[in-house]
Amino acid sequence: MATQKKPAVDVVLVGFGWTGAIMGMELTTGPLKVLALERGEMRDTQPDFAYPRITDELSYGIRGQLFQNLARETVTVRHNLAGVAVPYRQLGSFLPGDGVGGAGVHWNGHHWRPLPDDLRIRSRYVERYGRNFIPQDLQIQDWGVTYDELEPHFDQFEKVCGTSGKAGNLNGVIQPGGNPFEGPRASEYPLPPLASLNSALLFGKAARELGYHPFAQAAANASRAYTNPHGAQLGPCNFCGFCERFGCYNYAKASPQTTLLPTLLHRPNFELRTRSHVLRVNMAADRRRATGVTYIDAQGAEVEQPADLVILCAYQFHNVRLLLLSGIGKRYDPATGQGVVGRNYAYQLGAGATLFFDKNQPMNPFVGAGASGSVVDDFDGDNFDHGPLGFVGGASINCINTGGRPIQQMPLPAGTPAWGSGWKRAIKDNYRYTASVGSQGSVMAYRDNYLDLDPTYKDVYGQPLLRMTFDWKANDIAMTQFIIGKIQGIAQAMGPREMTLSVRKPGDHYDLRPYQSTHNTGGAPMGADPATSAVNRFLQTWDVPNVFVMGASAFPQNFGYNPTGMVAALAYWSAKAIRERYLRSPGALA
Amino acid sequence: MTSSTHPDTARRGFLRRSIAIVPAAALTMSGGHTQEAGGGRAAVAPGMLPRPAAYSPAYFQPAEWMFVQAAVARLIPADENGPGALESGVADFIDRQMDTAFGHAATWYMQGPFVESAPEFGYQGRLPPREVYRTGIAASDAYCVLQRGGRVFAQLQANEQDAVLQGIESGAIAFDSVNARVFFGFLLQNTREGYLSDPMHGGNRDAGAWKMIGFPGARADYADWVGRPGESYPLPPVSILGPQG
Repeated sequence: MATQKKPAVDVVLVGFGWTGAIMGMELTTGPLKVLALERGEMRDTQPDFAYPRITDELSYGIRGQLFQNLARETVTVRHNLAGVAVPYRQLGSFLPGDGVGGAGVHWNGHHWRPLPDDLRIRSRYVERYGRNFIPQDLQIQDWGVTYDELEPHFDQFEKVCGTSGKAGNLNGVIQPGGNPFEGPRASEYPLPPLASLNSALLFGKAARELGYHPFAQAAANASRAYTNPHGAQLGPCNFCGFCERFGCYNYAKASPQTTLLPTLLHRPNFELRTRSHVLRVNMAADRRRATGVTYIDAQGAEVEQPADLVILCAYQFHNVRLLLLSGIGKRYDPATGQGVVGRNYAYQLGAGATLFFDKNQPMNPFVGAGASGSVVDDFDGDNFDHGPLGFVGGASINCINTGGRPIQQMPLPAGTPAWGSGWKRAIKDNYRYTASVGSQGSVMAYRDNYLDLDPTYKDVYGQPLLRMTFDWKANDIAMTQFIIGKIQGIAQAMGPREMTLSVRKPGDHYDLRPYQSTHNTGGAPMGADPATSAVNRFLQTWDVPNVFVMGASAFPQNFGYNPTGMVAALAYWSAKAIRERYLRSPGALA
Repeated sequence: MTSSTHPDTARRGFLRRSIAIVPAAALTMSGGHTQEAGGGRAAVAPGMLPRPAAYSPAYFQPAEWMFVQAAVARLIPADENGPGALESGVADFIDRQMDTAFGHAATWYMQGPFVESAPEFGYQGRLPPREVYRTGIAASDAYCVLQRGGRVFAQLQANEQDAVLQGIESGAIAFDSVNARVFFGFLLQNTREGYLSDPMHGGNRDAGAWKMIGFPGARADYADWVGRPGESYPLPPVSILGPQG
C-alpha cells in the first residue's frame, strides 16, 4: 500500500480518552504542536448523549453502542499456558471504550485515590508480616512512585472533575464522615457528596452499628453546579439511572467532553483526527528512538505521521498490543519470568449480595447515579491485619445504586424460574424492593497471568490480536471468601426479607460471559527496576525514551478500587515530568 | 390489565387464527435454509409502530413466525399479573432484531477458526443469531413432528410446549444442526429484552411490562426522589416516543 506522509508534529497521542485529553491539555500550554489520533468517532454530549434517546437501555446498555466494536478487533483468552485461546467474541466481562472520550464517556464516576501503601505493597507486607508472608507465586511489586508525589495530581484531577465527596484525612487530620483510611489530602473535595439513596442509608447505618467506618462514595457525578479550573461547566446530577454504559445527557458526569475538550479542542496548536487507527510505532534504525506512528485513516489509506514524542493513551489492552507490535521493550516470557511487556496482567475480583425487601420498604431502584452510595474501606488494602488470614489484598465494600434498568438490573431471589408465570410474578414482586452490596477486590500479579500476541487470530487489518492468559488464583479467592463474610454481615444488618450471595470459590474459572469489570490492568507495568517494569516511574519506556505509555497498563498489580483516579493522576505526573524535564533535555528520565 | 378480554383467551384465539392460514405440511419443511426474506422492505420508523394485527414479519418465514409467537407466549405468558409477551409485541420485536447489528452479529468477532470451548468463553459458534434462530426453529419443529405426533411446536398444547422448551433449555433435547441451549439462550434473552425494553423497539406495547413492575421508563429525572425511605415513586412510565397508554 502506498503510504502518505504527513508533516511532522512535536507530539502524537495515540487514543483520545481520559489520558489523551489530559496529555493534550498539559502539553499544549506552550508552543508544542500536538496531534491526537483516535480510531473511533467524534462524540459529544450533543447530539450523541442527548435526552431522551440516551435512555434506551437496549441500544446502549445491552447492545453496547458506545463500546469497542469487537468485529474489528478483540482479545483472545485462555485460562492457562496449556490452553488454546479463543476470541472474546461478544461483549461480556469487560467493556473497552471506543471513540472520543473512550471509556471515560461510559464510566460510573467512582473516583478514588489508592491507599499510600497500595503503591508500596511489597515493602509494606514485608515490613509488617515478614519476608516469608507473601505467597511464592505472587509477582507483586512496588510502583516506583509514592502517594505523596502523586497527591497534587490526585487533587488536580478531582478539581477538573468537580468530584463530590467528603475528605477523611485533611493534611493528616482525620475528618468525621470521610474515609479514615485514606492518605492525607491537601484539600477537601470540590463538591459535597451526592445525597444518599434509600439503600445507602440502610448500608451506612448497618455498617456503623457493626463498628465499621462508612462514608459517601466520591463521585465524579456533580452534586451541584460547578465550574472547573478550565472554565468547563457541569450541571448537578439528577439521578437519572443511565450512567455506566451511557453518556451523560445532563453534563453532570465528568468525562473528557464535559471537563477538558471545551478548552482543548479550541487550542490552535492541538489537532484531533478521528477514525485514525494506529498500526504501530515507527522506529529509527537503531531502535533507540521512535520516529512517529503509522495509521489507517478514515478513507482506509495508510498514513505515516512523524513525531518527536509518541505517547500511547489508548485502553490498557491496546497500549500493550502496540508495544508488542512495534517491538518496544522485551516481551515477557512466563516460562522464565524474564521480559517486561505483557507482564503482570491483573483484573478485579468482586463478590456481592442482593437484598430483597418487604413491600413497606420500596427502594425505587431506578433512582440512581453511577457513583451514588456508601462505602467501607475497613477491609481494603492493608487496613486490617492479614497476619492470621494468610492472603495479600482486600476490597472496598459498597452499596451503590447506579439505576434500575429492567433488562439488566433485575436481580431475583434464588430459586426463581428463568421464564413462565413464576418469573413474571417474581419481577413484579421484587423489582421495586431490591438493593445490592458489592465489592471491588484486588487481584495480584502472577507469573502465568500475562498478555502476548495471539498466534492465530487477527484483527481487520491482519495484525495479531492480543492474547490474555488469565485465571483466578488461590490468594485472591481467599481474599474474596473473606470479604463475602463481611458483606453478608452488613447485608443481614440492613434487614432484608431475603438475600442471595455471589462469590467465587476455589476451583472456579474466569468466566468471560457476565459483566464483571472494565478494570483490566498491567501488561506494561511501571517500576524502579527495568528487569520487572516496562516503563519507569514517569511512564517512559526504558528502552525508547521518546515513547511514553499512559493508562492502567502501568499498574504492577490491581488494588481494591476503580482505577480512573490513579490513571489520571499518573498522566498528570508524567506530563509534568515531560514538560519540566524531558522537553529541556530529551532522554531517559530515570 | 387494560384489556377487557381475558388475556389467555385472546392469545389462544390469535394463535389459532394465525395457525389456520399455514398448512401443516409447509411447516415441517421450512427449516434449514438461509436465504434472507424481505430484503427490500423499508424499515419501520420509530413512532410509526404498527398495531398487533398489522405486523407482518420481515425476516421469519410463516412457519418460523408461528414458532416465535407460540414460544414467547409460553416464556412470558399472559396471566393475572400482567400482559404476556405475545400481546406485548415481543415476537414483532424479535423479528425486527433479526435485521439489526445484533441479528447479523455485526459487532461480534466472527473470524475463524471456530473452536469448541468451555461455556465460560462465551458463544463460539459461526452462526449469527438470525441463523441460530432459523436453524433452531427448524430443528425444534422437526423434533416436535417426530416426537409429538406430527404436530409442530405451535400446534402443541401449552403444557406440551413448556415441556419442549424445558428440554431445549436443559440440553435434554439436542439438535444436530445447532446447539439447542445456545438457541434457547438467544430466544429467552431476546424475549426478556422485547418485554422490558423501550416500546420504540416494537415490544413492551403500551409500556405494559413497565407498568406491571413499576419502572418509569425514560423519565430519567429523579433529583427529588433521593433518600425518601418508605415512599413509592408515583408516576407512570413514559417511552422515548412519549406517554404510553
